Amino acid sequence: MTVNGGVSTNPAMAEPHPTLRFIERGGAPVLEVGGTWTAFTLHDLRQRLDKARRAAPRGSAAKAPHAVDATHVERLDTTGALEILQLAGGPKAAVETGVKDHAELFEVVKANMVEPVPPRQVDFLARWLEELGRDLVDLGKQIVSLCAFVGEIIVIFLEACVSPKRFRIGAVVQQMFEVWVKALLIVGVLTFLIGVVIAYQGVQQLRQFGAETFTVEAVGISMFRELGVLLTAIIVAGRSGSAFTAQIGTMQVNQEIDAMRTIGLNPIEWLVMPRIAALVLSMPLLAFWGDMTGLLGGAVACTVYLDFTLVQFFDRLRDTVGIWHFYTGMIKAPVFGFIIAAIGCFEGLQVKGSAESVGQLTTRSVVESIFCVIVLDAVFSIIFLLANV
Amino acid sequence: MAAQTTAEGGQLVDHRDGREVVLKLRGVRTQFGDHVVHDKLDFDVFRGEVVGLVGGSGSGKSVLLRTILRLNPLRAGKIELLGIDTRAVYGRTERELLSHIGVQFQDGALFSSLSVADNIILPIREHAGLDEGLMQSIAALKVALVGLPPDTGDKKPSELSGGMRKRASLARALALDPAMLFLDEPTAGLDPIGASHYDELIGQLRQSLGLTVLMVTHDLDSLHAVCDRIAVLLDKRVVVGTMEEMLAYDHPWVREYFHGPRGRAALKQA
Repeated sequence: MTVNGGVSTNPAMAEPHPTLRFIERGGAPVLEVGGTWTAFTLHDLRQRLDKARRAAPRGSAAKAPHAVDATHVERLDTTGALEILQLAGGPKAAVETGVKDHAELFEVVKANMVEPVPPRQVDFLARWLEELGRDLVDLGKQIVSLCAFVGEIIVIFLEACVSPKRFRIGAVVQQMFEVWVKALLIVGVLTFLIGVVIAYQGVQQLRQFGAETFTVEAVGISMFRELGVLLTAIIVAGRSGSAFTAQIGTMQVNQEIDAMRTIGLNPIEWLVMPRIAALVLSMPLLAFWGDMTGLLGGAVACTVYLDFTLVQFFDRLRDTVGIWHFYTGMIKAPVFGFIIAAIGCFEGLQVKGSAESVGQLTTRSVVESIFCVIVLDAVFSIIFLLANV
Repeated sequence: MAAQTTAEGGQLVDHRDGREVVLKLRGVRTQFGDHVVHDKLDFDVFRGEVVGLVGGSGSGKSVLLRTILRLNPLRAGKIELLGIDTRAVYGRTERELLSHIGVQFQDGALFSSLSVADNIILPIREHAGLDEGLMQSIAALKVALVGLPPDTGDKKPSELSGGMRKRASLARALALDPAMLFLDEPTAGLDPIGASHYDELIGQLRQSLGLTVLMVTHDLDSLHAVCDRIAVLLDKRVVVGTMEEMLAYDHPWVREYFHGPRGRAALKQA
């Protein structure tokens, strides 16, 4: 098929290809081209070019000819025209064509030819310093806006305490359904399994000292103090913190947040506060549920490996594990909830422009909230150590 | 009201004039659930012409475009693009077919993680695999061709304005000098000056690159400025004709559309 762009489906047909020769005409060097010059035929041009240069009369291929005979070209597209002009030394080359369409195409390409801008060369150290500086400035800005964000939350919280109808109860309940009720299954299953694993490991290790009954304390204390609440916090950061960022970020991309501002709805009050309130209330409930399912897992494992009955397990738990172990875990839960929700919402509001940034900030939100949860957990350990509980 | 089609392919009068049929739809039906969008739809586009596709909101203009591009399932009928039946195309033929069509989506659909130049190079690298330097100069050429400043190539799509994104998207669609170009509302959201420059651009490119164009549009000025024929989606079918034929066509929607205040204003200008 000779029509421009027509699809040839016959593989038996000879592969169309470009031809080129460097010749001399009237003492001046001329590039003679023919055949098919389209984007699809130029992949092996390098070899053809080398061959043509070797076959050229002495000296004539050394510099660009500035004159082109394109009368034998059968098919041409912008890529072909561009390559021919580049071989001929640029847009000023004189081109002789056989067909009017080709002449027009050459004119269009000549008019739009630009030297591609070479990528900026910066040495490694300078670029590293530039990036470091940029990152530091960004970090500073981030901290400032995080402070402003927390301040705004506190102000709105205090305002809402004065006029309680500004607590959006409906939105809080709806969010609690999402972050609490819908999380019960996954939190329950995972803490149950961890309870089983800890009990099994406890029995294995403590049996060496004949102290396997202390497995009950191991399961109880580790669940109450750390694992129940920490596991729950990590699951919640993964499923709710990320959801907050993605929801608010998508609204940001759709300009919904801007629309809210112009209508006079404060996005902090309408979007952020209900989410934070929901998570601060839900985290203790979920952590308690995690503690219970974790203990159940430990108890079930003990009935299998220790020949305990469930009653024996819980009797021993009541007698040996003090209630403060439970309280220390529960105190942490609402704080973790606040941190996860605040980071999730904050990162959501940081989204700018594209859908790509929603993805980036969602990832960042999860990483940051898990990081903060674990750091805070360490801080709590020190506080509890000092308070001797 | 039944469309009083007289000639082949939904045409009011036969305009083929011996030209090659680049796009041929016969008995096309698309439906979502029970909702039938197109039924027994016939439509031809000939080589070298610019056809504007219009229709009321919800009449399925974009759906038809997506169906032609095989982004929607075809429930019945047959679509031939560049002489190839698109129902049964796969493998090498499919790649070859796709390398000969270009699409500009409504909001650009540029790949947000790539620079504009890399967006343009992507189809070239995939289908032609040329020298890196040559591909860079092709990208620079296409950027200039669609009237963008030279430094646009290095920018990310998110750094461009809406109008520039449309042009960059057109540059990507033109990357391999497609035989057939599809444009989805190319002038929507542009200011009148930008829109008329865009129309001029399409007119020029069509002239110099020998393009065949199917554009979905609501812009009456574009219809006057660049379109040779107009395809109107009416009652799940397509009716095609020149502007004059459409002005004389007797259908309430067509009359309202072309003889309404905006239609008259555009006509006066043209």
